[in-house]
Amino acid sequence: MEIGKNKKTHIKNMRYEDFKDNEYLEKYVEELRQGGVPVALGKLSDIINWGRSNSVWPLTFATSCCGIEFMCVGGAHYDFARFGWEVYRNSPRQADVIFVFGTIVHKMAPVLKRLYDQMAEPKYVVAVGSCAISGGPFKNSYHVAQGVDQIIPVDVYVPGCPPRPDAILYGMMQLERKIKVQNFFKLPQQPEVKESVTPVENEAQYEAKTDK
Amino acid sequence: MKQKLTNRFGWINENNIVENDGRLTVTVAPDKLTEVAAFLKECGYDFLVDMVGMDYGDSLGVIDYVARGADTSDLIALKTSVPDREHPLIPTVSGVWRVAQIYEREVHDYFGIRFIGNNDMRRLFLRESWKGYPLRKDYDADPNINPLPLENEPIADMDTIPVYGIDADGKETVTYRPMYGDDDYVVNIGPQHPATHGVLHLRVALDGEIVRSVDPHFGYIHRGIEKMCEGYTYPQILHLTDRLDYLSGIMNRHAFCLCCEKALQMDVPERAVVIRTIFDELTRIASHLIGWGSICNDMGAITAFMYGLRDREKIMDIFEETAGGRLMAAYDVIGGVASDLHPNFRRRVKEFIPYMRKMLHEHHLLFSANPIATGRMKGVGHLSLEQAIALGITGPSGRASGWKNDLRKAEPYAAYGKVDFDEVLRQDGMTFDRYIIRLDEIEQSLRIIEQLIDNIPEGPYAEKVKGVIKLPEGDFFQRVENARGQFGVHITSRGDKTPYRVKFRSPSMVLVEALKDVAPGGKVADLIMLGGSFDYVIPCIDR
Ligand code: SF4
Repeated sequence: MEIGKNKKTHIKNMRYEDFKDNEYLEKYVEELRQGGVPVALGKLSDIINWGRSNSVWPLTFATSCCGIEFMCVGGAHYDFARFGWEVYRNSPRQADVIFVFGTIVHKMAPVLKRLYDQMAEPKYVVAVGSCAISGGPFKNSYHVAQGVDQIIPVDVYVPGCPPRPDAILYGMMQLERKIKVQNFFKLPQQPEVKESVTPVENEAQYEAKTDK
Repeated sequence: MKQKLTNRFGWINENNIVENDGRLTVTVAPDKLTEVAAFLKECGYDFLVDMVGMDYGDSLGVIDYVARGADTSDLIALKTSVPDREHPLIPTVSGVWRVAQIYEREVHDYFGIRFIGNNDMRRLFLRESWKGYPLRKDYDADPNINPLPLENEPIADMDTIPVYGIDADGKETVTYRPMYGDDDYVVNIGPQHPATHGVLHLRVALDGEIVRSVDPHFGYIHRGIEKMCEGYTYPQILHLTDRLDYLSGIMNRHAFCLCCEKALQMDVPERAVVIRTIFDELTRIASHLIGWGSICNDMGAITAFMYGLRDREKIMDIFEETAGGRLMAAYDVIGGVASDLHPNFRRRVKEFIPYMRKMLHEHHLLFSANPIATGRMKGVGHLSLEQAIALGITGPSGRASGWKNDLRKAEPYAAYGKVDFDEVLRQDGMTFDRYIIRLDEIEQSLRIIEQLIDNIPEGPYAEKVKGVIKLPEGDFFQRVENARGQFGVHITSRGDKTPYRVKFRSPSMVLVEALKDVAPGGKVADLIMLGGSFDYVIPCIDR
């Protein structure tokens, strides 16, 4: 049995037609529902998603200018707490989403990758600002990554230099919609981690790295 | 000074000392550099403002800008160069000016010049494995040579610090010294850490809770702005200046415009001058509010941070109305400002002034007198006046140690000569002084705006400039007082529509360097407070 073939996500106080990129989302829903979804699990997943999408915890991560707009969104005037996003986490292990604010340069790229790897599944990435999308004003530079999607997969892009706080909020809502249509039980699971690493193995790994 | 130099050094003549625009430029051979530097310091030039690396094509060189600590407007440029591009060796001046140590590392990173005797010649921004020196004119920017890395560079081997020397035949020698002892306990703070105010990486050696030494690592947001400037026209570069120290973006842009206008000998309409001054001061208030908020945030008082942001939003609204942008107002242009004032501007600013005064009072009541806050800030993080000058710590942080260095007073630019305000000074140089001085400066900024807002002259808001701006040949240097200290712009022009070399003096860089001198002996928790009270902006350092 199939449910929700034409399912539209609902965001409070915002009409479905007012969002852009609806076709993308609809196609995504279609893809997700291809094999059909069992009723009970589907409903359960909806309930879980409702909870998840209304309490997304971002990682405090900002490298440059766009980070100031992030602080403004967190501030009293724009206040993303209205959407349940207010708890910034300083540790990637407790965060659900990483907002990449600012330019990512060669020296920072491995750090960003590691932060992403440390986050628990399910995890999301939002690239905010033209720097994070493509290198932006610094595209010609010798030391700037041409967009974070070269390093980690991105869910939502928010253009602007810097994007206005309203644009960042809009990007957050788009992510919320994406979370809502996903099937929670089919999300990627955490890769299996070996329980313990012996000092010898650890050393060998380190040597292999340094030799490279 | 010219007389003194020629008297002291017989070999100095008309060829290697020129005066233009009231500024002396002394050109010396590398082997004479240290003595001249030492003599300049004897004469009171104890503040090394900036060091600019240069690639002249046939030779590599550096320009040191030095000023007198007692009067920071008194500037001398000291130039030297070496023809050898394979092994460029220049003696260090870090023995004379303490802060030269870090400036020389930067020049080394960009140009590959080795400074003999500098005891730390690691690269500053780029990875040790980076191939080539990016600011040389013959640098090959092919991305295949330096691909995007996805693995961290192991930092362990960075504990061996190269030191360059010279042997009896004039050949270059390298020796390595260790950074840490075997029993040092080293902790990494950053690059992703909420208390470093950006992507700064501090390697801190600890003895229990006491800091033994701090070693800052930069470059996690090195965007190569200076190299990019060489390919852009002057109006295009303006957009990059905003993105250096984004909290004082308008002032940085102002500095670049002033530098170009000085070179073009262009007069800016009175109206634009006054508008620029008002915008600068509004930016300063906005920046200090964030600075103040983040000190409190570091102490755990998130409320203060929210209050700071709330008041800052009012300024952002004013900017947005007139300039169209919030954080990046993109308002100053060469010859004036980009657009005329919004009709609401005057009313909004006039409403803002009493509001801000009231809020300042509240901030003082809530935080400045709070026993928990004062307990954390009083009596820790002492920066002495001598240290401040040796490190070139300008701005509020330097003034908290009693150093008079406000360029708005020393070398009035824009409309600062016409307004009445105090240069706030404090004597103790503690974390608390750096905290309180920011709030006091907000009051002074309000005074400046108050005097100007009703006296904006009528007339055009910008001078007409040609479509293609070409600066005349020569070196130009201009400083302004931004929210963190003296921000400088150096432009070397060869008469083209793009500059030959652009260098920005970042006031934040020396603030991080100061952690090395100030933090040891204190607790780790005080190190965090120290960072908060210095209020550095990392992208400005890394450029
Ligand atoms: S997109 Fe613009 S504002 Fe954002 S980090 Fe890049 S340069 Fe700064």
